[in-house]
Amino acid sequence: MVATPRDDLFLLRRRPPQEKLVDQGFRLLSVVLASLVGLVLAGILLTVLWGSRDAAMRFGLQFLVVSDWDPAGDTYGAFTAIYGTIVSSVLALLIAVPLGVGTAIFITENLIPLRIRQTVGLMVELLAAIPSVVLGLWAIFVMEPFLRPILELLHQTLGWLPLFSTVPQGPGMAPAVLILVVMILPIITAISRDSLQQVPPELRQAAYGVGTTRWDAILRVILPAAVSGITGGVMLALGRAMGETMAVTMIIGNSNNFSWSLLAPGNTIASMLANQFGEADGFQVSALMYAALILMLLTLLVNVLAQWVVRRLSLKYA
Amino acid sequence: MTMSSFPQAASLQSRSLRYKASLPRNRWNAFLTVIAALFSLIAVLPLVLVLGYVLIKGGSLLSLSLLSELPPAPGLEGGGIGNAVVGTVIVTLVASLIAIPVGVGGGIYLAEFSRAGWFSQFVRFGTNVLAGVPSIICGVFIYGLIVSTRIFFGQSYSAMAGGMALSVLMLPTVIKTTDEALKLVPQELRLGAMGLGASSFVTVTRITLPTAFKPIATGVVLGIARAAGETAPLIFTALFSPFWPEGLFNPIATMSVLIFNFAIMPYEAQTALAWAASFVLVLMILLSNLFARWLGRFSSY
Repeated sequence: MVATPRDDLFLLRRRPPQEKLVDQGFRLLSVVLASLVGLVLAGILLTVLWGSRDAAMRFGLQFLVVSDWDPAGDTYGAFTAIYGTIVSSVLALLIAVPLGVGTAIFITENLIPLRIRQTVGLMVELLAAIPSVVLGLWAIFVMEPFLRPILELLHQTLGWLPLFSTVPQGPGMAPAVLILVVMILPIITAISRDSLQQVPPELRQAAYGVGTTRWDAILRVILPAAVSGITGGVMLALGRAMGETMAVTMIIGNSNNFSWSLLAPGNTIASMLANQFGEADGFQVSALMYAALILMLLTLLVNVLAQWVVRRLSLKYA
Repeated sequence: MTMSSFPQAASLQSRSLRYKASLPRNRWNAFLTVIAALFSLIAVLPLVLVLGYVLIKGGSLLSLSLLSELPPAPGLEGGGIGNAVVGTVIVTLVASLIAIPVGVGGGIYLAEFSRAGWFSQFVRFGTNVLAGVPSIICGVFIYGLIVSTRIFFGQSYSAMAGGMALSVLMLPTVIKTTDEALKLVPQELRLGAMGLGASSFVTVTRITLPTAFKPIATGVVLGIARAAGETAPLIFTALFSPFWPEGLFNPIATMSVLIFNFAIMPYEAQTALAWAASFVLVLMILLSNLFARWLGRFSSY
């Protein structure tokens, strides 16, 4: 018994027009939604540019080097905040990079059982999930009181250095740097771990094959191979540290008086925005927008550089 | 053939293959291992300490009235954070309702429809740049766009504005997760659907999106959890309110802003409420994080 196929079974069916319409509409919708990213980005830039036009025209580049922030007299200069932003994030990076990369090495190498390594990794990732305002609260009530005797000791022994020349009075640059370390440590650890895991195992085997010890292999073979990813992660962390707001605002002291001392209260652009934007009006809003523009350009520069570094160096061993 | 038949036997014996801890290079290795262990310990310490303090100082205040009452006026005792809990849920919901459709749509474009060209590169680059924009700038953006222009019925600060600021923050996360999850869907599934005559709309909505659902959901939950804890974009968009939420177009209380406002007040009751709010917020965020990880485990392909 042979099945006789119906004639139309093998005829090509044309797509009904409404199906085509749905298809094209769907494509178009996805394109529109994707272009919203560009729109939002342009919107952010334009809003900040437009808002800052008054201050930018009046102060120009003088704004960057003058440290006089006086809402009553309506003159503004953001040097203290810009200095604070850069110094706090760079110092935090200097502490967090060895810690983060060390932790990443510790949890990618088989020094200890896998289960413990996974737990450490999970804990560092969960640290990233803690809201920065909670870290700020903790910094105010727990870390800063604990830290103060240490900072006082630092002032007494090294007070002749301009960096430690003021008496610590609570909030200040030093506790802000430490809380920033806590905040960027998870980023550096996570990205370093990913880059270390992506190093081809052949490199390690070859290193062991010629008789290196474990740490020689790590320091001379594996770390150099992973350096692009780690550098990218460090740059991303720098961008995050510059833009980090809440925890820093709560502990840095928000003082616009410039001081070389790390123990004195300082300010960052982000914390200045957080503190003053809600209550500002008139010209101060424009000055704050100008500061926001500077912060945005700084982070943009760092982030673009990070992407460039990763793309430029990452193909080395792939 | 034994070792002793070689002339260099003596020197071989002294260079034994056995591990000697006293060798300088082995000491150096052990030293570095200890340093790395110490660094990991320091890295984990803040989590333990912060969680410990939040648990002790905040958890001890947990009660039904904490979640059902309004915060007290400055100087008074008691009260709760009920309005802030509801407010956080509302603002995060608004943000999710905006960011998830837009982000998933953008991710679908990148993974399914984009061809190698300037536009898709621009979208990818833009997503990365947007992910790096400081959260406070998102707040400044929404302030300039919505709050200062009073675009919503003449209202300045509103829950809607806060939600929009958070959605800007969530958007890059959702796009990236969707894009990456869809790229992991095996090409055979798409070809199979196409072979059966499915249109690309049907292929995406019935085949690829459901297949990639779990990794996308994981990323989205992580994004929501991050947004729920954000403060910086809310302090001058959603502002704060000591009352119960009054609709989407009025200022609204959120837990994160409550913590910020109450932490710097000199009153004991307010500080206690800040710790309690931290406890609730951290609990919510950590649970959704663990939930997302658990969800991510089951993703096939």
